[in-house]
Amino acid sequence: MPESFTIAVFSENKAGLLQRVTSSFTRRKINIESLTVSESEVPGIHRYTIVVDSLDEDGVIKVCAALEKQVDVQKAFYYRDTDIVYREIALYKVRSDSMTEGSPALAIVDKHHARILSVEPEFTVIQKTGRREQTAALFDELEPYGILEFVRSGRVAISRPMKELKTYLEELAVASTH
Amino acid sequence: MSTSTKPKAKEKPTTERITGAEAVVRCLIAEGVDVMFGYPGGAIMPVYDELYKYQKDIHHVLVRHEQGATHMAQGFARASGRVGVALATSGPGATNLITGVADAMIDSTPMVCITGQVPKHLLGSDAFQETDVMGISIPVSKWGFQITDASEIPEVFAKAFYVAKAGRPGPVVIDITKNAQFGEFDFSYEKCTSISTYVPRPILDEAKLKEAAELINNAKKPYILFGQGVILSEAEAELKALVEKTGIPSAWTIMGLSAMDTDHPLNVGMLGMHGNYGPNVNINECDVMIAIGMRFDDRVTGNLEKFAKQAKVIHIEIDRAEIDKNVKTDVAIHGDAKEAMATLLPMLNENKHESWLQEFKDCDKVEFEKVIDAECNPTTDEMTMGETIKELNKITGGNAIIVTDVGQHQMVACRYADFRQTKSNITSGGLGTMGFGLPAAIGAKLGAPERDVICVVGDGGIQMTIEELGVILQTDVHVKILLLNNEFLGMVRQWQQLFFDKRYASTEMVNPNFQLIAEAYSIKCNKIDQRKDLVGALTEMMETDGAYLLEVMVGKENNVFPMVPAGAAVADIKLEP
Repeated sequence: MPESFTIAVFSENKAGLLQRVTSSFTRRKINIESLTVSESEVPGIHRYTIVVDSLDEDGVIKVCAALEKQVDVQKAFYYRDTDIVYREIALYKVRSDSMTEGSPALAIVDKHHARILSVEPEFTVIQKTGRREQTAALFDELEPYGILEFVRSGRVAISRPMKELKTYLEELAVASTH
Repeated sequence: MSTSTKPKAKEKPTTERITGAEAVVRCLIAEGVDVMFGYPGGAIMPVYDELYKYQKDIHHVLVRHEQGATHMAQGFARASGRVGVALATSGPGATNLITGVADAMIDSTPMVCITGQVPKHLLGSDAFQETDVMGISIPVSKWGFQITDASEIPEVFAKAFYVAKAGRPGPVVIDITKNAQFGEFDFSYEKCTSISTYVPRPILDEAKLKEAAELINNAKKPYILFGQGVILSEAEAELKALVEKTGIPSAWTIMGLSAMDTDHPLNVGMLGMHGNYGPNVNINECDVMIAIGMRFDDRVTGNLEKFAKQAKVIHIEIDRAEIDKNVKTDVAIHGDAKEAMATLLPMLNENKHESWLQEFKDCDKVEFEKVIDAECNPTTDEMTMGETIKELNKITGGNAIIVTDVGQHQMVACRYADFRQTKSNITSGGLGTMGFGLPAAIGAKLGAPERDVICVVGDGGIQMTIEELGVILQTDVHVKILLLNNEFLGMVRQWQQLFFDKRYASTEMVNPNFQLIAEAYSIKCNKIDQRKDLVGALTEMMETDGAYLLEVMVGKENNVFPMVPAGAAVADIKLEP
């Protein structure tokens, strides 16, 4: 039964690389559940965090091998959910008149440890950071009070193993001149 | 100027102020390019203007269609072992390259394709002859880069040539906007010798090699399957030494043809859908399988669930993504085939496997009686493709480069052609690109001018790139074209006969007069339909100084056997319909 895997791809940020990365998935008709690109702790190295939930481990290994063979890709790792600490961020826009002091909607926000990000005369923006099911649970509870707009980021994840990216890159640099 | 070693610290390489277009040509010269293939157009004109100035250094072959340029570059690369170069303009020029790029990708051919592009300020504006060539080529190329400033040219070209050839070779696409071709900058060139993100030659794992040696030394029925990786890593001598020391029967994939002598006593023949009988059925008899520089293509494995399940599998492969992709390995040796075999050799015991080898010979006997005899010594009135190739062998001695197109003639040529030297088989193995043969043969002849180059082609395939006869005329390339004409798209017709109840949908060809076409291009030619004329006609083709087209009319509805039906197990190979 396919489970959720998080793939971390490290590369220099070059034009066209995103297409090389995504085409490794699209040509195998693998749907990307979420994709986040950001800097990493190593200057000049970007990190793609990709979540897939339609593959078994063998399929994930093959995709990682296909990603890693790309000339500009340094490393590609895959993780089970237990191998990482991960979060998503969700924003909810609701009517301000439903968020008055003592209102049930406000109580829901408190219960979920969500933050009020911005209060305007007409609307209020709520922020919730957490796992998918947590941000979804808040959505479900707020929905009866009217959600005007909703957005959720892709997953960001930190791996549990202690080996640093820098070490991998040093090993790679040595191997590249063999 | 350019050096292959890094300049000493603080020592600045000398520079010259030149245009981007001139820099392109200077980069090519620095990379040793003396032949390239291309077609001019608006967005690449500055580079052509420089090629005019440097025509003593680089022979630019004017093709008739950009697809031809890529296949010529591929043929050149495969025959010479060097990087092939193709040049085209933007838009349709660039899109016409794509089939060749995809072909080079799947067959690991080192090639650099250069395309012109609209000026940077027009990118994305749907300008005349603008196309997103990077977007189109990324999924089918090893690497690519769009240059929008002249100063990027030296570094990108150095990297392109390095990437094309390093590790598992492949095609690279460089797109250059017109403003970058006109722009001036201070030029200097330094070859690329490594890229920090790319490992071309993985460091071998000694423990894995020992494990492999142990398996091989204790095997009762070891079996070597080798592919083009042997040719690409120039490991022919290492393979021969390994095979001879261990006495292991060895079979080649279609891309591995010519890496060993056809008649080597331990060369048991060809794998694959239309390969030999013994090599296929014995996949399911061996106890240790040693795959070297090959990728277990589906045309080799058939049904993976019934492929070598009884065997321990050792896979020597430079591309990590190929290991465990199709066939699960017991011992994965990730590395260069030459280095791996050289390291492995001293660990292996001398051995002989006479009774095991005899099993292959017994299969050969069956295949000869059921298939080969009728194909190569026919008693029917109709000529066969097999007898034509067999007679050709007698004349060439197996020393010619055989370039094929795609289809029945390709399978027959690969089955029956003799090979005495490496880099002698040039075919579109992975992509199966009809139209590959003629331009690839032209490129091969320019890549190995001292060798005879024979293009074996069908009546369907030749018409896909027949315009390249114009290159033979204009450039005087001495290729021999052996046109095996069955007036059908024969391989598709064979499948229609076997799997679609003989419903010959769109496979019968009404052909032009190929003799008149050859004459129109001033190419000497002949057409035969009688067996008695075959030897004389082949001899005349080979003895004629210059290009030649020999058209041999063969049986219209002959089939290629043996055959592993698509999706069937290799052991279920059919010797007859």
